[in-house]
Formats: sequence, structure tokens, C-alpha cells
Amino acid sequence: MTTYFVGDTTVLLGRTMRHITRSPDTIITTAIMPIALMLLFVYVFGGAIHTGPERYVTYLLPGILLITIAMGISYTGFRLFTDMQSGIFERFQSLPIARSSVLWAHVLTTVVSGMISLVIVVLVALLLGFRSGAGALAWLAVIGILVLFTMALTWIAVIAGLTAKSAEGAGAFSYPLIFLPFISSAFVPTRTMPGPVRAFANNQPVTSIVNTIHDLFTQHPVSSSIWTALAWCVGILIVAYALAIATYRRKIAQG
Amino acid sequence: MTVTAPPAQPIRVQGLEKSYKDLHVLRGVDFGVARGSIFALLGSNGAGKTTVVKILSTLLKADAGTASIEGFDVAAQSAEVRESISLTGQFAAVDEILTGRENLVLVARLRHLKDAGQIADDLLGRFQLADAGGRKVSTYSGGMRRRLDIAMSLIGNAPVIFLDEPTTGLDPESRIEVWHSVRQLAGQGTTVLLTTQYLDEAEHLADRIAILHQGRIIANGTLAELKQLLPPAKVEYVEKQPTLEDIFLAITGNAGTGTAVGSDRTHS
Repeated sequence: MTTYFVGDTTVLLGRTMRHITRSPDTIITTAIMPIALMLLFVYVFGGAIHTGPERYVTYLLPGILLITIAMGISYTGFRLFTDMQSGIFERFQSLPIARSSVLWAHVLTTVVSGMISLVIVVLVALLLGFRSGAGALAWLAVIGILVLFTMALTWIAVIAGLTAKSAEGAGAFSYPLIFLPFISSAFVPTRTMPGPVRAFANNQPVTSIVNTIHDLFTQHPVSSSIWTALAWCVGILIVAYALAIATYRRKIAQG
Repeated sequence: MTVTAPPAQPIRVQGLEKSYKDLHVLRGVDFGVARGSIFALLGSNGAGKTTVVKILSTLLKADAGTASIEGFDVAAQSAEVRESISLTGQFAAVDEILTGRENLVLVARLRHLKDAGQIADDLLGRFQLADAGGRKVSTYSGGMRRRLDIAMSLIGNAPVIFLDEPTTGLDPESRIEVWHSVRQLAGQGTTVLLTTQYLDEAEHLADRIAILHQGRIIANGTLAELKQLLPPAKVEYVEKQPTLEDIFLAITGNAGTGTAVGSDRTHS
């Protein structure tokens, strides 16, 4: 059946992408909250936050991008859960297709729609004064990290979608992920935080990712944080993927 | 038996057992279905009909026993089984956001068929959905959804079709439309396994009827054969022929409801 994997995934990706293009509100609502946060921090709190010589919006943007991704993946859990409720999931499972393509289609849909939301957020940031002299290579690196982070979180969303008992539950798991950037270097430098909070902030995945993207945007040489960031992304990706596939196997074996 | 000769019984089930934790849903189910026939699995809610269908369509693994579709074992050769079957589940498994035509094209592509568009258009015509084909399924009536659902099951001409409670929740008119489609299918040589809790549905459609009760098949035969299960003495005293409903209630031993109604009446 693996011979059909690419073809089946493409067909199913086409299906879920139609869901998104027919109800673009998922992309818009994904982008609105991060944009609102960005406005709030740039025009309300930002004046009181001292981050250095650069404009605050440039300091802020990496964290906002991660919040955008976390917003987007709550829809993955929701869409997967809806599929399982409606019976179309069982129809797919009873067809002669590569079974994992059902999950991959959802994951890739999240990556594509997440990228669209990210582009919208970056355009708004440009209007607010975000500027970057980053070259093509640096932008590619930023996109690469964001895609990796999206995939890692999406596989967590798949676990939530497969195991949730309600549609709300399938989406709610992403709320803690949305708040993770607040306890990181995304909004304020971590050095102002009290000891234990600072220790958490410095050692959680978001800080290393935010710092790496920030270095790339501002054309600073990327520190070792890029390796920490990549290790977090790949590590979460592998663990979440393995758990998601195991959950999926159990789900389709037991009904 | 050689691989090339198709088995006389495309569906064979032997000693099937399945438990969900402490709940023994299936306690040894045996039956076979002849090619091109309609076989009705009859039972009350929770009797295990859907569990049987899920095991046969490789969505669920049995705890014990064997089942084969077109000679392929459902556990060991699940990929081959999925090539041979088509499932219409209990709830219309259609994509609400896509149009009717897109739903059909989707399944045709997933079955790796050429001319998916042509297949979709043919089926829309056959199921009186040609005008609605370009509309989102969320605008369809229950009957239209079910028709689309069954049309999706026909793509690829699978030799064995499972219909799990195909008319539950349908109005009488749509029900007759579905019955018509099912008869057409069997007429073309497709083997149909149908589950239902409607006794008249089994009576009207099925060539053979099996009654699943407390995890076992307690009766299996044609309608005429099942009618003979009642003692003939009863026919002498009661003027009307027993309906299948009488037979079902008698042999599953659910006579308790009748006395309950009687006692209600004495109270009022």
C-alpha cells in the first residue's frame, strides 16, 4: 500500500485544503489574535519595555509568529475530530489506501494554512514598522524553522484530535502552547524575570526558537541557540509523531 | 481451493468473538453469505451488528474466530480485503463541505481509478443527483445524503458491500429509494450484507435473514424458513400470518414488553 502513499496524501490534502478555502475564517481567526497581540504590545505595552536599540515590533515578531502557529494547530485537532465523528474517517479506513495518508493530509494542510496566516501576520508587522535586512538564505532558514515547529506541534494536535471526547477538547490543548511564548524571551528579555521563572524561560523551547529567528531577522550571527532550537523542534516532532502513530494504530485496531 | 476460482461464499464468518473490556459483544458468530444475495443481519440496538461489520471491513480486530471476504482473511490480508469491499457506515459518511460531485471524485481517486470525473457524473445521474451535484452536501436532505453515500460505495464496483443500518433516520420515501438501489446492486451480482433493526426492511429486502442476539446468531434462514420456527399450532388459533416482528420477538424472548403494556392499562 505504500506505493499509493504520495498519491493518496495528495488527494486527501486537496480535500482538506478545499475545507480551508471554503471557510477562510480559519485562516483569518488564526491571524487575528496574534495581530491583536502585536498591536497591543507595540502601541500599549511596548513603550515601557526596553529591549535594545531596535524597534520593538522587530523584537516582538518572532514570538508573535510562534503564537500564530499555536493558534493554527488548534484547528487541526478540531478537523481531525470532526472527521472521526462524521464517519468519513471510517470510509477512508475501509478504502484500499495508504492508511497513514489520512493523518499526513491533515498535517500538511495545517502547514500550508499556517504559512498563509504567517504571511498575513508578517505583512501587518511590515505596516507597523518591522524591517529586516535578512537575505534570502536567512529567510529560508526562518521558514524552515517555522515549518519544523508547525509540524512538531501539529503531531501533538493529531494526538489531541484522535483522543478527544469533544470538539472543544480537541482544540483546547493548544491554549497552553499559545501562552508558552509569554514566559519566554518573546515579549520581554528574560533577564528581568525572577530566578525560577527565568530558569524556565531560558530553558523552554520557545526562547531558543525566538532568539534564533530574531538573530536571523536582525542579521546577527546565529548563536548556538539555533542548535538548541532545532533539537527542540526535531525532538518534539519525533516524540509527537511516534505517539500519534501509536495512538492512531490503537484507534483503528479497536474502533 | 485455487486462488483464481472465486469462493462460492464471498463472506464467511466462523466463531467470531469480540469483547469491549468486560462487555462480551460477540460470543461466537458463524454465518456465510452466497454470491449476489442480500443477507440481513437483524438485531436490536447493541446486539453487535456494527461490530460484525467493522470486523469484516477491517476497522476492528476480532478477539477470536476467523472471517474472510472473497477468500481473503480480514486480519492477515486486510489490504486485499479492502480492495474487495465497500462500506456504508451507520452515519452518512460524506464530506459536508465538498459538493456531491467532489465527494464522488474523491472516492474514485482514492480507489485509484481513471476518469474519476466521468464515474462521478454517471453516478450522479443514476442516483437522481445530477442537478444537486454542484451543490455543497451540507444543503442536501437526509435522503439525498444517503443516496450520495450509497453512490460513493458503488465506485470501483466492489464485489462485496456492507450497509450498516442504511435507512436509519430516513423518511419512508427515501427508505424505498434506498431499498431500490440495494435490490439493483444485488441484481448486478454484488453480495450485500445489510444490518438493520427494522424488521420489515429485512422482510422486504433480504434473501436470507440472520438474527443476532446476545452475541450469537440464533436463527438464520429465508423468511419462509424463519416463519416455520413458530409452532404451527399458533396459526390455527390466530387468523393473521405471523409477521417477522412476531417471530423476532418470540425467538429473542422479549415477551416482557407485552405484559408491561397490559399492567399499565390496569392502572389507568
